[in-house]
Amino acid sequence: MNDEPLLRMEGIRKVFSGVVALDGVDFRLERGEVHALVGENGAGKSTLIKIMTGAYRRDGGRVLLEGREVNFRSPEEAQGEGVVAVYQEVNLLAFRTVAENIFLGREPRRLGFIDWGRMNAAAGAILDRLGLDIDPRAPLGSLNIALRQMVAIARGVSSGAKVVVLDEPTSSLTEHEVSILYDVIRRLKAEGVGVVYISHRFDELYTVCDRVTILRDGRFVAARPLAGLEKIDLVCLMLGKQRDELQRGGATAFGERQGAGTEGATPLLRAENLTRGRRLDHVTVEAGRGEIVGMAGLLGSGRTETARAIFGADPVEEGRVLLEGKPLAVNSPNDAIDAGLAFLTEDRKAEGIIPELSVRENLTLAALPEMSRFGVVSRARQDEVVERFMKRLGIKASSADQKIRELSGGNQQKVLLARWLCKNPRFLILDEPTRGIDVGAKGEIQSLINEQAASGLGVLMISSELEELVEGCCRVVVMRDGRCAAELRGADISQENIIHAMAEGSAGEVMSDE
Amino acid sequence: MSQAEMTAGSVRGRTVRAKAASFLQRQGALVALVAVAVFAFARYERFLTEENLTNVLRQNSMLGLVALGMTFVILTGGIDLSVGSLVAVAGVVAAGLADRGILAAVAAGVGVATALGLVNGLVIAKARIQPFIVTLAMMIAARGVALVYTGEKTLSVPAGAQAFRELGRGRVDLGAFSAPYPVLILLAAYALGWFVLNYTRFGRHTYALGDSEEAARLMGLNVGRVTVGVYTLSGALAGLAGVLLASRLGTGQPVAAVGWELDAIAAVVVGGTLLTGGQGGVGSTLVGMLLLALIFNIFNLEGWISPWWQLVLRGVILLAVVVVQNRLSRRK
Repeated sequence: MNDEPLLRMEGIRKVFSGVVALDGVDFRLERGEVHALVGENGAGKSTLIKIMTGAYRRDGGRVLLEGREVNFRSPEEAQGEGVVAVYQEVNLLAFRTVAENIFLGREPRRLGFIDWGRMNAAAGAILDRLGLDIDPRAPLGSLNIALRQMVAIARGVSSGAKVVVLDEPTSSLTEHEVSILYDVIRRLKAEGVGVVYISHRFDELYTVCDRVTILRDGRFVAARPLAGLEKIDLVCLMLGKQRDELQRGGATAFGERQGAGTEGATPLLRAENLTRGRRLDHVTVEAGRGEIVGMAGLLGSGRTETARAIFGADPVEEGRVLLEGKPLAVNSPNDAIDAGLAFLTEDRKAEGIIPELSVRENLTLAALPEMSRFGVVSRARQDEVVERFMKRLGIKASSADQKIRELSGGNQQKVLLARWLCKNPRFLILDEPTRGIDVGAKGEIQSLINEQAASGLGVLMISSELEELVEGCCRVVVMRDGRCAAELRGADISQENIIHAMAEGSAGEVMSDE
Repeated sequence: MSQAEMTAGSVRGRTVRAKAASFLQRQGALVALVAVAVFAFARYERFLTEENLTNVLRQNSMLGLVALGMTFVILTGGIDLSVGSLVAVAGVVAAGLADRGILAAVAAGVGVATALGLVNGLVIAKARIQPFIVTLAMMIAARGVALVYTGEKTLSVPAGAQAFRELGRGRVDLGAFSAPYPVLILLAAYALGWFVLNYTRFGRHTYALGDSEEAARLMGLNVGRVTVGVYTLSGALAGLAGVLLASRLGTGQPVAAVGWELDAIAAVVVGGTLLTGGQGGVGSTLVGMLLLALIFNIFNLEGWISPWWQLVLRGVILLAVVVVQNRLSRRK
């Protein structure tokens, strides 16, 4: 009995209209354990989570909660038994207060009427327990996303959660917010709650998780303690590859092309002294033909703001953008597009894809004017372009008519890249081009970016993945507090130097300080 | 200052700003109401008399009851277009049964409208059809029911049904002044409505539903029950309004209260309740209703504005109030 884990899932099987999504998957969560669940897209992570939390019914296998077999028919039922999921898109009520969001459906009452005093006090106590300084009377909408997520966790905890599932909890959090989350997770752990943690970011997994379960193609691969498991081995398990096979090429698909710089020549694009309030402070960036210039920095350091300023999406108070030495009059994204700039934004879902439209329509959306005569789209030219790019970028879809929402993240990103490429841009701005994409598709996107640069485009690539910057870029500009904190070249480009610059300024300054 | 303190501070700062913005948005109508009242007080001697003010309140008490029910519906993000027709149905049913005694007449009138409201709610919640369409259908059908029931005629309340006639016409002497029954019923209904919205699960879940139906569902709230509840309540209040109207007029008219649903929606929206639901309340609706009522009262006191021009002006004022509110709420 003492051996019995908090949650045990055995031989879980799930079939969607003939396609096996999960095949005999095992999962074991102990009390007070933070357990990472990793796998590439299609590995079955979210299906497993949904079965765990009652959103899906399983087709085979057993689920035991504290040794007792359970079979949740709905998320409410799972919540009632203490299994709670906190999703990326927080499902709470913006106009209601924090206390109401925690207690709605289980409001403390007196004589049948809601006891606001007791509700606010109880909410305050739970928030305190999690180490959160949030006013229970504040409307939820006045909190940032991180704190809303904490409120969602508090709701789970208040209902006596034993298992808390965090699905990509940090994807929209700043560094400071992430530290609040870690603190909350540590407190849950201390109380004996089991936490299932899903994330694409390895550094997070190693920071908070005790063990990891790896899934691949709907099957259980391994469950290991994270301490002592090398990152490279973890990647190997996820990809199903041998270690020596991976190390040759490094962790990304950029390969060796760091020396392609065009020193001395007029850069293809140069942004000078971009200044906008406190967000941008005299930022200067340039990139030549065939160069991939990286941009690193913490969230809020001014990376995306720089890209938006160059692209004309936000006005600047000072500064100018030069294309081949000639100043550009960019007042709107339209001007930038006409000048040959392309901007792949960070938020695919909100600013990129139109989920209900087909791959064909999504791909050609920006190029329709060129494919039309008198406002009528030429289907033949559209088909030609779509076919060419689907082939060239290796877009995996059942056909060009498949709805884009049905594609994986990586393939959606390829369609968006194709949307820009079919306009024949001269300069590409990429904001987190591989965020939220599984390891395999990441590599494909990376080699596509490489190809574009090799064919003569200039590329400015914002990324939070240090490996990507180190291996892919000939120069890396590191942003901090709206300023260029450092510009690293050649052999100076290393993860260590980038991290130093993000935190403290240029690597040189750091050394002189010490 | 530590980082944690800074975060807490900024969170509180945001809360204060959000509160200020929502206060302005909600109280914008109140500010306008006070301004209009002061204007009327300064311009017309007859404005601040017991007679004028109780008249304004009494004339608007039935519409006020309808608007109260509409507030609940709109808070969930729904709409109820059938209320005008339900007023008429309740009115003719009550007038037709007035000779059986006040209790039978009131119970039957309110009961029929409540039942039809329940039908609205059940169809919306169970068949998952948009409230606009469901209540539009009910608006048409219920008007037909009223016409069929009366044979297209107006039903008179028998002279012998004294108690029933008193309901809409009588007054209670409160010492300093006397208040008509409908006004007292209106105020009691609003007080009760406020309490229900703020201190019962049904009330809080009404807000939750309009905030985000999906989230409410995921929180395990019984979304269907709340939906059925608000449309039933709206029907019941329309029924009560219809009974009072029949009593006051002494007749049950199948073509009464045409367009009331839109006047009720106007009162709710002018008060500051969001049409998308989730924000607003009973107090807001009371203020919105009084604001529109006072404007109408000013037209009457002024005397020379033709009814057609009054319609034009009411439309313009409604739009102006909503535009200003929208501006204020966007400052957030």
